[in-house]
Amino acid sequence: MSEVEFSASEMMIVAAARELAGQRVCFVGVGLPNIAVNLARLTVAPELELVYESGAFGAKPARLPLSIGDPCIVTGATAVVPMVELFAYYLQGGLVDVGFLGAAQIDRFGNINSTVIGPYEHPKTRLPGSGGACEIAINARQVFVIMRQSKRSFVEKIDFRTSPGNLGGAESAVRARREEGWLGSGPSVVVTDMGIYHFDDSGQMRLDSIHSGVTLAAVRETMGWEPKVAEPLPVTPAPTSEELRLIREELDPDGAYTK
Amino acid sequence: MSKVASMRDAVAALIHDGDVVAIEGFTHLICFAAGHEIVRQRKRDLTLARLTPDLVYDQMVAAGVARKLVFSWLGNPGVGGLHAIRRRVENADPAPLELEEYSHFGMVGRYTAGASNLPFYPLRSYFESDLPKANPLIRPIRSPYGEETVYAVPPLKPDVTIVHAQRADAEGNTQMWGLLGCQKEAAFAADRVVVVVEELVDEAVVRADPNRTVIPGLIVDAVVVEPWGAHPSYVQGAYDRDNRFYLEWDAISRDAAATQAWLDEWVYGIAGRAEYVARLGVERTAELRPSRSAPSGSVDYGVYE
Repeated sequence: MSEVEFSASEMMIVAAARELAGQRVCFVGVGLPNIAVNLARLTVAPELELVYESGAFGAKPARLPLSIGDPCIVTGATAVVPMVELFAYYLQGGLVDVGFLGAAQIDRFGNINSTVIGPYEHPKTRLPGSGGACEIAINARQVFVIMRQSKRSFVEKIDFRTSPGNLGGAESAVRARREEGWLGSGPSVVVTDMGIYHFDDSGQMRLDSIHSGVTLAAVRETMGWEPKVAEPLPVTPAPTSEELRLIREELDPDGAYTK
Repeated sequence: MSKVASMRDAVAALIHDGDVVAIEGFTHLICFAAGHEIVRQRKRDLTLARLTPDLVYDQMVAAGVARKLVFSWLGNPGVGGLHAIRRRVENADPAPLELEEYSHFGMVGRYTAGASNLPFYPLRSYFESDLPKANPLIRPIRSPYGEETVYAVPPLKPDVTIVHAQRADAEGNTQMWGLLGCQKEAAFAADRVVVVVEELVDEAVVRADPNRTVIPGLIVDAVVVEPWGAHPSYVQGAYDRDNRFYLEWDAISRDAAATQAWLDEWVYGIAGRAEYVARLGVERTAELRPSRSAPSGSVDYGVYE
């Protein structure tokens, strides 16, 4: 069967967008989440309300926002509110179903580092930091992560825990969430350029779908731990021509995210 | 009473070496014009507060005006890192830079506590995060009404807050639309406030639409009229972000010498924003206008006599 060729990044974005089917309110993080969520809005989740930490609720951007504060997320939005309201009433008030984050490092329990590589006081690489990620991880009903997978990003031990996931395992995470009154149930999906992971009963990432053309050996090569793998392991359905058209013609014509 | 002043006079009179300065505006309405004037006047030892330091603080840090940053997300939005700041943090090149780091909600809460004259702002964040270890000013507190623990952040009260806006009257009654960030909170929290606007309007324009007033003249010390003062960031309805420059800055700022050459050409080498806009050229500025206008519907406040 002849299919349109697609890149690993396009597969990742499409797979992430499909995971949003049936969701209602999504808090959109900077970078890859931005394009995945906008693709979802145009395909599987037309009812999706996009919330940007910059203060826009119900955004309907006419182009792919250059940043999470682009003027196109304001024009035509349902509401634009001061950031304190966005964080206090919308997020902390429990209205956000999915918080969609990126990460520099993630561990098997979905704990995220976006702060530093190396020690905090003398970092080898100073990364942007939390932004809203820490409070999103705690207050969004569930957390989706989209990131490229490599030995440097999928690590046994993250250098700094910016945003908590399942901590040291499901038991500790459930206890912390209950005792500390978190609204969120934590990470539920991690989509990479190689596959789709969900979290099992122990709170660990499990490879539930592998993208077409990717081998399990290649997946193992790019992880700092031995991954749990679903059996049987399905292959992620390839992007449709319509999904690819939306990415290439409407969302990212310059290839900023998909090169 | 008119508070209209030139940028040069406002910065000279209101910003002093060692001050805590907040130039707020979340990706939108970032007052580069004020940042550049602070550089030109060679202010020193400033603590610069901002959720997202953005290019404006990368430039100010490169120019040596700052000793410390207070922030929550340190990057070039949609592009990558802030390299002048990273050189100082990673390599102390040419000098160390002190960091005080929060999350966005934490920073917004700090301004809110500052504006409300409260000793802290409570929030449900930071649980099981390493941020409270990195910054011991983020502290857990027990609810006085039960067993619950939340985190607290201290008030942030800048010596000076600078905000850019679409319009204000001569007294400083300031109206803005589009993303509002935390300019209102940062302004009410500050000891002194400078408002920089695209357009100076008559008081009657403000009074015709009081719901749109974000900052009252009551707390404003100076009004500076500086069209294009937020370039290369944007002003809703007036001009778009100049993304070409955000990309160019990534290359410029990776090289310390190129960064200084850029500061020489675009900051030290010119008198102010009018010269900067002239140097940008009409072709570049015309490209940044919105493709079409999208006016709000008007509302009827009614007259009650």
